[in-house]
Amino acid sequence: MTKGIGNTQKRFGNFIRGVVPAAILGALAAAYGADAKYPTAKVMTTGLAVTDNEVTVGILHSLTGTMAISETGSVEAEKLAIAQINESGGILGRKIKFIVEDGASDWPTFAEKARKLLVQDKVAAVMGCWTSASRKAVLPVFEKENGMLYYPTFYEGLEQSKNVIYTGQEATQQILAGLDWIAKEKKAKTFYLVGSDYIWPRTSMKIARKHIENVLHGTVVAEEFAPLGHTQFGSLINKIKLKKPDVVFAAVVGGSNVSWFKQLKAAGITADKQTLLTISVTEDEVLGIGGENLVGFYSSMKYFESLDNPNNKTFVPAFKKMWGPNSVIGDVTQAAYLGPWLWKLTVEKAGSFDVDKVAAASPGIELKTAPEGYVKLHENHHLWSKLRIGQWKADGQALVVYESGLIEPNPFPKGYQ
Amino acid sequence: MGGYTFSELGSIFVMQGFSGLSLFCVYLLMALGLAIIFGQMGVINMAHGEFLTMGAYTTYFMSKLAVDHFPALVGIYFPFAIILGFLIAFGMGYLLEVLLIRHLYKRPLDTLLATWGVSLVLQQVFRSAFGAREVSATLPAWLLGSVKPTETIDIPLNGLFMMGLTLVLSLLVFIFLFRSRWGLKVRATTQNRVMSGGVGINTKKVDRMTFAVGCGIAGVAGAVFTTIASTGPTTGSLYIVDTFLVVVFGGAASLVGTVASAFSIAQAQSVLEFFLTSSIAKVLTLLTVITVIMARPEGLFTIRVRK
Amino acid sequence: MKKAAVDENRSKDGSWLLGLAVLSALIFIVMPLCFDIFRLNLVGKYLTYAFVAVGLVLCWGQGGILSLGQGVFFGLGGYCMAMFLKLEASDPKSTAIQSTPGIPDFMDWNQLTKLPWFWQPFHSLTFTLIAVVLVPSLFAFIIGVAMFKRRVGGVYFAIITQAVAAILTILIVGRQGLTGGINGITDLKTLHGWDIRTNGAKYVLYFINAGLLVASLLVSKYITSSKLGRLLLAMRDKEERVRFSGYDVSNFKVFIFCMAAGISALGGAMFTLQVGFMSPSFVGIVPSVEMVIFTAVGGRMSLLGAVYGTLLVNFGKTYFSESYPALWLLLMGGLFISVVMFFPNGLAGLYDQHLKKRVAAAGARFRAGRAAGLKTAPAGEPPGMEKTAATLPGGIPGKRTKGPKQPLETRP
Repeated sequence: MTKGIGNTQKRFGNFIRGVVPAAILGALAAAYGADAKYPTAKVMTTGLAVTDNEVTVGILHSLTGTMAISETGSVEAEKLAIAQINESGGILGRKIKFIVEDGASDWPTFAEKARKLLVQDKVAAVMGCWTSASRKAVLPVFEKENGMLYYPTFYEGLEQSKNVIYTGQEATQQILAGLDWIAKEKKAKTFYLVGSDYIWPRTSMKIARKHIENVLHGTVVAEEFAPLGHTQFGSLINKIKLKKPDVVFAAVVGGSNVSWFKQLKAAGITADKQTLLTISVTEDEVLGIGGENLVGFYSSMKYFESLDNPNNKTFVPAFKKMWGPNSVIGDVTQAAYLGPWLWKLTVEKAGSFDVDKVAAASPGIELKTAPEGYVKLHENHHLWSKLRIGQWKADGQALVVYESGLIEPNPFPKGYQ
Repeated sequence: MGGYTFSELGSIFVMQGFSGLSLFCVYLLMALGLAIIFGQMGVINMAHGEFLTMGAYTTYFMSKLAVDHFPALVGIYFPFAIILGFLIAFGMGYLLEVLLIRHLYKRPLDTLLATWGVSLVLQQVFRSAFGAREVSATLPAWLLGSVKPTETIDIPLNGLFMMGLTLVLSLLVFIFLFRSRWGLKVRATTQNRVMSGGVGINTKKVDRMTFAVGCGIAGVAGAVFTTIASTGPTTGSLYIVDTFLVVVFGGAASLVGTVASAFSIAQAQSVLEFFLTSSIAKVLTLLTVITVIMARPEGLFTIRVRK
Repeated sequence: MKKAAVDENRSKDGSWLLGLAVLSALIFIVMPLCFDIFRLNLVGKYLTYAFVAVGLVLCWGQGGILSLGQGVFFGLGGYCMAMFLKLEASDPKSTAIQSTPGIPDFMDWNQLTKLPWFWQPFHSLTFTLIAVVLVPSLFAFIIGVAMFKRRVGGVYFAIITQAVAAILTILIVGRQGLTGGINGITDLKTLHGWDIRTNGAKYVLYFINAGLLVASLLVSKYITSSKLGRLLLAMRDKEERVRFSGYDVSNFKVFIFCMAAGISALGGAMFTLQVGFMSPSFVGIVPSVEMVIFTAVGGRMSLLGAVYGTLLVNFGKTYFSESYPALWLLLMGGLFISVVMFFPNGLAGLYDQHLKKRVAAAGARFRAGRAAGLKTAPAGEPPGMEKTAATLPGGIPGKRTKGPKQPLETRP
């Protein structure tokens, strides 16, 4: 961001209109720099919504419907990141303006709104989607209309697209190191796999099984899937009691997740008797489950709110200042926060908002200020990231008991399919 | 099942029986209110689940109040939450009957649709008022954990509590319907509305009361369910289809039928789940219910009356 | 009630065709002129829901059978279409990176090494087109025979259809190796080599869709104004009396339920083609009930009303959810309640009450003017419309024989 000298009245007018007073200094540098060094005609050649002092992005999440529970945090994080980027001078001297669209927990609506954002609003990038189903629904739209999607959720992998940057973990990043740790730490040999009955848990459990059997040389004593929205886990819990596995490995989601942990606790399965590792509990879910029902169980994630590093120590207060002291930050919320920042760095590296150039410039982008610590974009458009094991406490925060090195993303893992 | 000792299998058998019974209680608590309303007025209340949610949120706010302001009361607030849950759901049910349901008695299918609309509105109201996220009530210590009669058996305390409550509630409903003056009027109206009106029963008042009581019971169920499940804007919808099936399976106008159907569906589901996967168990249970309804279109138990 | 309805039906036939002409003009001319392809594609999507609403007018409005699981048939039709498109999209060349090339990607991820048997016939377009209508109708037939022969009806039937929707959703989501699971069948590209994602294709599909909708409306109208339609009405209002008159009520119910299913399925297939994917979220209970809302808003007795209702609610949904997402659900719920309470006949009812007389008067003036001035068009209908009316029964021979024949068969 170099300082330039604005010389005409017109530019000064643009500047007055386009700038938020709170960020005058940074914007001053940026607004002038922009016009001098990055004329719109140069940084954007494909008809995107980019003006001399503004660039428009889309935020596409469920604000209503059943998924609103999970996606609210992502929207909050994305808005925070955009506000911070604007405060620090914007992108190529341009403020980010955002359009929020509601996917309403309905996949065709996601596809419809994605088309609207790309075709009508001509947004330069979209931060959005949460479930795999919604991503699968919008993916053809993004590929057809050549848009750029920053997708925050940890997911099952088996996908890679020029038009998507995956800021969450793919399955192997979240599962393998976690299983390694628990096998070593707890000398675990037998595993009981439990998940909700849909693609993410099923794929995750498949990878987990291969890893347990082929690498850890343990046994999977059972693999169980409960339908989405299932509320009664009594029989399943009895089966676990019968099999007495060393580790229960769980990926139950949504309202079922609450029932599952409450009923585990009620049936006397607590951390002092049973080791449990889950890949579907973040700080967001703890609100609904209740910390007291989780005490001592482990979660395998790349981020916890309690992480002790300088980046996180500035991120958490900023988030709480914007969204209230009672807000919590889960793994996906943090990953959503990375989206706008990664996009900013990529655009600046490419010197252009054009999607093709951004996609081409993406591999190798490094974000040193991520709350989870240093991350780097891989050629396959996923992030190199660390894995952490957190042990839940009654107050709903996790104690980080293990941290891996940076793990290479591998959405099509050989030997795990 | 090789490799297990006799006592282990025995324990599992006991615990499995218990989890079947808890499921039975869940179904019965949900279905009881719905069955009374359905039996009395032929109305299926699609918003029944939202009355459950009301009870759940009531409990959550009571627990929050206790934790934040009266820490001494955390151990004892729960029974009051149940009563308050009943009262709130009862009041809202009464209001709903006055504003909406009574205009639609002649059109039962329309009531089904109108109450669906009510459930949409209520869900959004919950979401706007209490947030989209799920919440968790802080439960008193005596509801958490399990009792251990032997080394290998764990009986969940919340399950025991729920069973006790279901028993008490069922008894109260039974007394209300079969041993009280009021119940006599309700049963008369159920069997022949016109004649009941003819002999001087204020059938409108009876309807209103029955509807409100039915909703109130859902509120109680909601309060109790906070111990075993989630509390959120859409909590009620997790139970609603199962509940409808219990009611139609049991047959209209028969509380015994409702109890029997809740019991058989719960046991079938619970046993199948133990031997198969949950998904398949669910599908098989639903299919069985449909088949039985085919064989007995009016449900398991029907009261034969001249209409 | 019954007699009034029948009389009304008869006198309405003429003005109904005029109404259809207005609607067709709206769909075929006004909308394509007013909207860009993005919005038009949305309208096309809404119109696929209108198929379901039309089906619901048949079975709910006319037959008194409230099904809360019409999404099942919409979904089945859509899945049949999607299976064909998916097979075409997964040719061995474009799936070369898979461990088993030539099968859909989700099967490969689930370790399937060959195409399941029930996918095999979907290589053929002819089979697919037949299956789109036939599979859901057959499914409806099974449910219908099982339920109506046993005289399960009313609220019981409504609940059963919900259970069916629940079962199917669990199965589709759970058997993801065979069905694509919760993500559905996505990334559909071409139909016999014709790229369905281009703007040109979207226009073509829109018009095919609109044409099919008008055809469905005509067939439905034919049924409702036939003897079968009158019997259905009678049955809805007093089932016992019809039964005691010697008719086998359940056959009519099964027939109309299958009709409704078949029409819904057409909508599902067109949805897949226009939107480019199919997912189990349509098979569930919530979309099924939403489609009942569309019908109720349009007027449960009115075929044309159903289309208007669908368009109106969906435009509202898109508009409000763009500006006030939270408000939308309140509005939707409120709409549902108020329609049921105050306007049981929906938009069509409002039209009948307030506008019909004026339109009729205007029409009469117009006719008088034309008769005096031009001495043509004695029936007062645009000539083209008359032609449509005349070709209708001949155009659908199967229906023509089936309609009146059935009652004769079942008469003792």
